[in-house]
Amino acid sequence: MRLSRTARAVLGGCMALGLAVVYVPLLLVLLNSFNADRSFAWPPSGFTGEWWRRAWHSAGARDALLTSVQAGLAATAVALVLGSLAAFAVHRHRFFGRQTVSFLVVLPIALPGIVTGIALNAAFRTVLEPLGIGFGLFTVVVGHATFCVVVVFNNVAARLRRLAPGTEEASADLGARPPQTFRYVTLPAVRSALVAGGLLAFALSFDEIVVTTFTAGPGTQTLPIWIYSNLSRPNQAPVVNAVAALLIAVSVLPVYIAQRLSSDAAGGRL
Amino acid sequence: MTTRHGERLRLAGLLAPPLIWLAAAYLGSLAVLFLSAFWTTDSFTTDVVRIWTTDNFQQVLTVPVYRTIALRTLSIAVAVTVVDALLALPMAYFMARVAPARLRGALVVAVLTPLWASYLVKAYAWRVMLGEHGLINALAAPLGLHGPGYGTTAVVLVLAYLWLPYMILPVYAALERLPEQHLEASADLGAGAWQTLRYVVLPAVRPAVLAGSVFTFSLSLGDYVAVQIVGGKTQMLGNVIASQVTLDLPMAAALSAVPVVLIVCYLTAVRRAGALDSL
Repeated sequence: MRLSRTARAVLGGCMALGLAVVYVPLLLVLLNSFNADRSFAWPPSGFTGEWWRRAWHSAGARDALLTSVQAGLAATAVALVLGSLAAFAVHRHRFFGRQTVSFLVVLPIALPGIVTGIALNAAFRTVLEPLGIGFGLFTVVVGHATFCVVVVFNNVAARLRRLAPGTEEASADLGARPPQTFRYVTLPAVRSALVAGGLLAFALSFDEIVVTTFTAGPGTQTLPIWIYSNLSRPNQAPVVNAVAALLIAVSVLPVYIAQRLSSDAAGGRL
Repeated sequence: MTTRHGERLRLAGLLAPPLIWLAAAYLGSLAVLFLSAFWTTDSFTTDVVRIWTTDNFQQVLTVPVYRTIALRTLSIAVAVTVVDALLALPMAYFMARVAPARLRGALVVAVLTPLWASYLVKAYAWRVMLGEHGLINALAAPLGLHGPGYGTTAVVLVLAYLWLPYMILPVYAALERLPEQHLEASADLGAGAWQTLRYVVLPAVRPAVLAGSVFTFSLSLGDYVAVQIVGGKTQMLGNVIASQVTLDLPMAAALSAVPVVLIVCYLTAVRRAGALDSL
């Protein structure tokens, strides 16, 4: 279609405006973390590093950060094991119910977060509490791992699909035993997909809030929960904003690295 | 390489851990939730009483407040989907067919990366922008306008913002696949740009828009954080469910069936239109 110059300019304008709308809110959070005016009125009235200093010394935010990292690492570890096992099973074997496995893996993020959240909440209350296991870090990890499996699964499955089918057979033909083939052929091929999937799982866990709300219990605060519970306190606003700025950096960086590793822009989230 | 028996054993070894986890932790939980929708709550102790009843579902269907909120949630989800489709079409068209080839990859990354920035922080960023002295009012004031403030409009805006990448990506993929010859043929047959858009481009991206709408629609239906942050007094299904969880779990369970049923209906409709194949 031969677009007129005006049409191209209009489309380019839409793109530029769209990208601006996408990034301005995020940049504004970063900018406001240095804004001297504590009500964030526009335009900013001056520059200060005070909020970052206070955020750094805020005990609540520090504890929440630690909890988030612990939950993220544990959930990522579980997701890495379960996701890659499922990906290998679905890729390597033809069996009855193969589609169902893929469906089951996606279901926890396909259903609304609130449904997943209250389902886990109801189950923990009926099953775990009678056993003496209360809500806390453990229940958060179980919840996060459940919906993180899908990103590892998607990344590893996509990589296995691209892996030339003959390579593993060639390795066997050359006399390698299955563990050797796995060690020298399969693992190097999927390693970066595992790293990418793991980073994305961590990022997903790190900023999750809905499932966390219903699985954390009163004593456990992840960073997003801490932000959420401090949003309505005006005197905490600048500190909340600095923590939010940190959260943007921490959740976008692993994704950036993962994208470089997996050459799949959506990182398996779609 | 191995015997059939060994093959089976290996498959079982691979499948057992993820399936046991997902079945026990997830399907089990969903089953508990579903069952508890048929139980009831002791109004004094707020303990769940295991007596079978369909009262909860009857209430969900008959109490006017629930119906109003369900309809409002549905309208918000539809509005978000429409806004996202209208925003995604020109952007995806530019990315796929106007921008120079070397820029395309960078644009895709630029559009998709914010998808991973914290959901909560993005909603919070809009709360700051929509505030009385925020950026939006500061920009609108010289034009003699006033921003929407916190409320239903703000919820639609923020949800559309949050889910936009989910719409752009499939539309971009569909436009990229569209052969240039189709557009040239249309032009050779005498169609103007608008006619080509109407009769060639739009039909080609329709399945992709439907596929994207699955995300925008279902994510909006289940949302309850954004609406608490920028919604003012607006209530959506998610809020009502969340507020009932500790007080009346059976009622919350019955209510949560509403978004699930709506999503399943929508998925079935979209699937019938053949849009899920393009995902």
